[in-house]
Amino acid sequence: MTVVVSLNRVSVEFPAVDGQGVVRALDDVNLDFRDNEFVVALGASGCGKTTLLNVIAGFLQPTSGEILHKDTPIRGPGSDRGVVFQKHALLPWLNVLENTEFGLKLQGVAKEERLSRARDYLALVGLSDFERYPIHQLSGGMQQRVGLARALTCDPDMLLMDEPLGALDAFTRETMQELVLDAWRETRKVVFFITHSVEEALFMATRLIVMSPRPGRITHAYDIDFCHRFFETGNARAVKSSPDFIALREEVLSIIYGEEAGDGPP
Amino acid sequence: MMRGPFRRRGPQAVEQYGAPGSGSGTAISAVTVVVLLGGWWIVTQLELIRPLFLPAPEMVISKFARIACTDHYLERLLVAVGGLAEVEAKCHGFSDHALHEHVLWSLYRVFGAFALATATAVPIGIAMGMNRYARGVFDPPIEFYRPIPPLAYLPLTIIWFGIGESGKLFLIFLACFAPIAINARAGVRSVSIEQIHAAYSMGASHRQVLRHVVLKGALPEILTGMRVAIAFGWTTLVAAEMVAAKAGIGVMVLNAARFLATDIVFLGIIVIGAVAFVFDLIMRRVERALVPWKGKV
Repeated sequence: MTVVVSLNRVSVEFPAVDGQGVVRALDDVNLDFRDNEFVVALGASGCGKTTLLNVIAGFLQPTSGEILHKDTPIRGPGSDRGVVFQKHALLPWLNVLENTEFGLKLQGVAKEERLSRARDYLALVGLSDFERYPIHQLSGGMQQRVGLARALTCDPDMLLMDEPLGALDAFTRETMQELVLDAWRETRKVVFFITHSVEEALFMATRLIVMSPRPGRITHAYDIDFCHRFFETGNARAVKSSPDFIALREEVLSIIYGEEAGDGPP
Repeated sequence: MMRGPFRRRGPQAVEQYGAPGSGSGTAISAVTVVVLLGGWWIVTQLELIRPLFLPAPEMVISKFARIACTDHYLERLLVAVGGLAEVEAKCHGFSDHALHEHVLWSLYRVFGAFALATATAVPIGIAMGMNRYARGVFDPPIEFYRPIPPLAYLPLTIIWFGIGESGKLFLIFLACFAPIAINARAGVRSVSIEQIHAAYSMGASHRQVLRHVVLKGALPEILTGMRVAIAFGWTTLVAAEMVAAKAGIGVMVLNAARFLATDIVFLGIIVIGAVAFVFDLIMRRVERALVPWKGKV
């Protein structure tokens, strides 16, 4: 499998809040994203998940190390890496269709083509009937679906998703997990997905990386295939209640809680 | 469908418990207006206050007819359609100008200065929001002059521009400039970093981000700034017209006060209020048409 994006010894330092010294948000991170991978980063707040995503997106320059996209160093954001944000970040003066075709419009794609591509992806996320709706009349889940369709319409190699389901209610969230997986299977993008939820991470990932804070680093990595089991059976509840799913869930939870317990003042 | 404050509504919207100021205030406002006008009329009918201090409503109305030359223009209309041989009623107006001339001169000054201020303050405010050099250059002068009352630098505008129109325009321009520039700058700040990042990660150039994201995102605050600015413009109008203006609604009020013609003072105040109110209504319509998402995202 070809490597799409690779991080080599990437570190990010911020000045500390009290002005004394620096905070290492990312410490010497090595990570490869290969074709068709669904990589999920899991970890407590402050473990550097979002910093990692921002570095890959090009919103943040690493203090040291390099990030390569197909052997070319990443210097800033670009349409080869689509981003779905935690809060939808749609443009409220555009309707659903206009938001979805916005990226192609920026790239100067002809109107007919960008409309037809935008409509394809709106259909993929199930929003064909809402083309003309203003953003503020959509529910939170629908807004995130527009955000996903918008990112996919630009046809990036890689999709970066920063806790995209974090603000949704539990029921919408489970539906959206399946929708994101279906869209991933359909479009074959490399996905980097951040979440707080262990269950969500296990269910969706082909590779799970567990991160830990101070300094932010990757402590554990698992290759898993629960999402493929979901594709075969179509039954998300059965996958999530299978014994090996539960066993791994408990293992990952104990890692995270174990770190938090050992994290107190010395 | 019936419109207005007394229209019957469909099923009442469920009221949020404890929502501050919930419910419609339109009918109550209508009552307030009726009570104020009625009180004015009763007080003057009973001659509780001398007309010098509070002229009766009908005095103001008859002054309106006289200064607006309603008879004169009615007869001209009749002559034009062939219903009358010649115009007999004379048009005296006030201070050698009919009411509409006063109004048009004032509108020209206020809206001319307002247009100049909008054309310059929006780009400068956007630049201040986007660029630290622009902010560094423009912030001190704007913040310095902004709280100074226009009457304080009125003499300076006379020294610089003389007593012609340009000085008046400049005074009103200054009053309108600061609120638009400050709101445009705040509007740039109100655009979320996620929206800007989203545009860049879809391949936008800096120029495209400015045009398609920042300018659109700043629009609600720019319009708010324009509404504030035009109110400041009307406030400054009377000060501007104190200096050797021949016609204008402000100079009409000032001259009338000199002759203790309180009814004309009232008329002028009502006209200024009415024009400003109508413009504010138009601006609200424009806001609803241009930024329907305001306050909803």
